[in-house]
Amino acid sequence: MAFASWSDFIAMGGYSFYVWLAYGVSLLSVLLLVISTVTKRKKIFKHVEQRLLREQRIKAAENREGTL
Amino acid sequence: MWKWLHPYAKAEKSYALSGKLMPWFLAVALPTFVVGIIWGLAFAPADYQQGDSFRIIYIHVPAAMMAMGAYSTMAIAAFIGLVWQIRLAEMTVAATAPIGAVYTFIALFTGAAWGKPMWGAWWVWDARLTSELILLFVYLGIIALYNAFSDKVLAGRAASILTLVGVINLPIIHFSVVWWNTLHQGATITKFDQPSMATDMLVPLLIMIVSFAAFLGFMVLYRFRNEILQRESHRPWVIALVQQSSSSVNKRG
Repeated sequence: MAFASWSDFIAMGGYSFYVWLAYGVSLLSVLLLVISTVTKRKKIFKHVEQRLLREQRIKAAENREGTL
Repeated sequence: MWKWLHPYAKAEKSYALSGKLMPWFLAVALPTFVVGIIWGLAFAPADYQQGDSFRIIYIHVPAAMMAMGAYSTMAIAAFIGLVWQIRLAEMTVAATAPIGAVYTFIALFTGAAWGKPMWGAWWVWDARLTSELILLFVYLGIIALYNAFSDKVLAGRAASILTLVGVINLPIIHFSVVWWNTLHQGATITKFDQPSMATDMLVPLLIMIVSFAAFLGFMVLYRFRNEILQRESHRPWVIALVQQSSSSVNKRG
């Protein structure tokens, strides 16, 4: 262990701002990448699903009788 | 002998294989990340000159290395895609670029946060920093070019060509610290000599490099699958997949 106490660890030998800034921004950017990637997958699924439903509705409308 | 590779030119097969591989990459990435970051931040000894600010190295170096690793992957995939017209290879290029861009951004940002206390400046127009910034712009260019075409076959080809053009930047980044007098320090690990770093500091760094590499692999597979789904969204197997997932959601709800 390179630090004597928890507060020592947070202080990072006086470089706390730079160290935690670097780690924080890195974590945040990776997190954003993960979120955008996962939502993309969900979006594609939703898109295809909506298209299938629309196709179903069109087909149902074609078979309807007594309309123009 | 290599015929077993053939079925994987089919998107459906590649999609399934990627899905099988993904948990393994995550199983490597997560534990190494936890171990590496705790070891690097709390247990590695402070540097005798830079004190605790050097701990930024545990994300700076892996991100920078894998930013270039991602680019090499893309370049190989782009070459394969262009020469043998394998569209899955071009999808790999498109899938990898955003991750490479994020890694490059991390390398640049953590470098700035390290440079401020050590050099006294967030940014200097040093050869290493400038060539790395160009790498970020190349990545953004590839992403933008790929998204500029609605015809994804054309988009994949254009992005692949740009990827191959950008390869020239890789040796420039790597050797920039040798060819020019840079403020950025020279190579620590990737040289034909013993690494100039104490073992207690080096081991967590190597663990973090493995973690970043495995995470890169995981994200590439994830985005590659997204790319396949989007392009094949009219194919029966994708439709079956969507119907299956929506019916399982309905049952639960």
